[in-house]
Amino acid sequence: MPDLLQQVAIHRDVDAFRQLYQAYAPRVKSYMIRQGADANTAEELAQETLLTVWRKAALYSGEKGSATTWIFTIARNLRIDRLRREVPWQELPEGHNETASSDILPDEVVSEAERRGRVQLAMSTLPEDQLEVVNLSYIDGLSHSEIAEKLDLPLGTVKSRMRLAYQKIREAVEDLK
Amino acid sequence: MKIAHHVDHSTLMSFAAGSLPEALGAVVATHISVCSQCRGELRALECVGSAILGSLPPASMKKIAPSVPDAGGSIRIDEGDHVLAAIERSGDVPAPLSRFVGSDLSGVRWKRLGLGVWHHPIELSHASRGDLRLLKISPGQVMPEHGHGGTELTMVLAGSYQDECGVFGIGDVADLDDQVHKPVADRNTGCICLIASEQKARFKGTFARLFQPLTGM
Repeated sequence: MPDLLQQVAIHRDVDAFRQLYQAYAPRVKSYMIRQGADANTAEELAQETLLTVWRKAALYSGEKGSATTWIFTIARNLRIDRLRREVPWQELPEGHNETASSDILPDEVVSEAERRGRVQLAMSTLPEDQLEVVNLSYIDGLSHSEIAEKLDLPLGTVKSRMRLAYQKIREAVEDLK
Repeated sequence: MKIAHHVDHSTLMSFAAGSLPEALGAVVATHISVCSQCRGELRALECVGSAILGSLPPASMKKIAPSVPDAGGSIRIDEGDHVLAAIERSGDVPAPLSRFVGSDLSGVRWKRLGLGVWHHPIELSHASRGDLRLLKISPGQVMPEHGHGGTELTMVLAGSYQDECGVFGIGDVADLDDQVHKPVADRNTGCICLIASEQKARFKGTFARLFQPLTGM
């Protein structure tokens, strides 16, 4: 997918953009629906996410990371802004590159796609209770307190399950750094 | 910047997921802007988000693909955000926060809260229930022992303080939920920190407990 992004960034290639759109817009729509958007709003937000990719592709070089991570962060921030109506304090990755380019090592960036593969693998081995809190956080957009309430668990238990999940995911990608 | 106390991984995960309450997110963003270690962790956690996004079942789209402007045109880089960031980075306030309180701590308008303690509330979105403010504590000021009703994040912006968990200097974050602690501001420099709580009412509770003995609040 980074190649498609490069095509969009450098050649303003509409076909490459369509392919990106077809691959990601339906998933972004699904993501928005999980946060409580109706089908029309979710579709609009999915379109806006991909249009942002088109508009800002030149800012974001495929060498610096994966297209999916970038799309995820755009969708995440739109969701905070439009659906939760709060200020997204999270910067998009190009902001990181602007301020932190010196601590990105070439080895690290090349392995971004492989890293995602490892993350997916590690997640598939997580115990059900850990996977549950991770999904409630990422997909359903619930805060720690909201997860604690939903699952009727102490706040500390929710946090420790997340820490454990992250530890396993982190171990899986550790040697890629 | 040498940072000894970082944001908890569960907090960073929630931030990466876009699920952290706004007030807490402000402290995490401010810490991230000065902490390359947490920035690295955040990138890994955003990668988790992309893996999860990729695994969601696709919803059917009504529209095949929207038409795009400037197709086949030359590369255009929208520099606006970056220029703004460069201007904002001139003072001692980390960039993400400077939008809200200005770039220099010396320019903050403080309101006296009690003996040796001042604050500067920062407005959050209407939808947010949390609480975010700067707190300035005089050199050597001892806070009454207190606990926290929910998650509370504190980041030191100037000076330092000490409690049972250690010394917290510039850039350090205390990520607390139900621990009880008794902070003391550095006796030479005092301390200015950014403090966030996810619940307004609880934070007021904390404040009352903190300052009741001092002010009768």
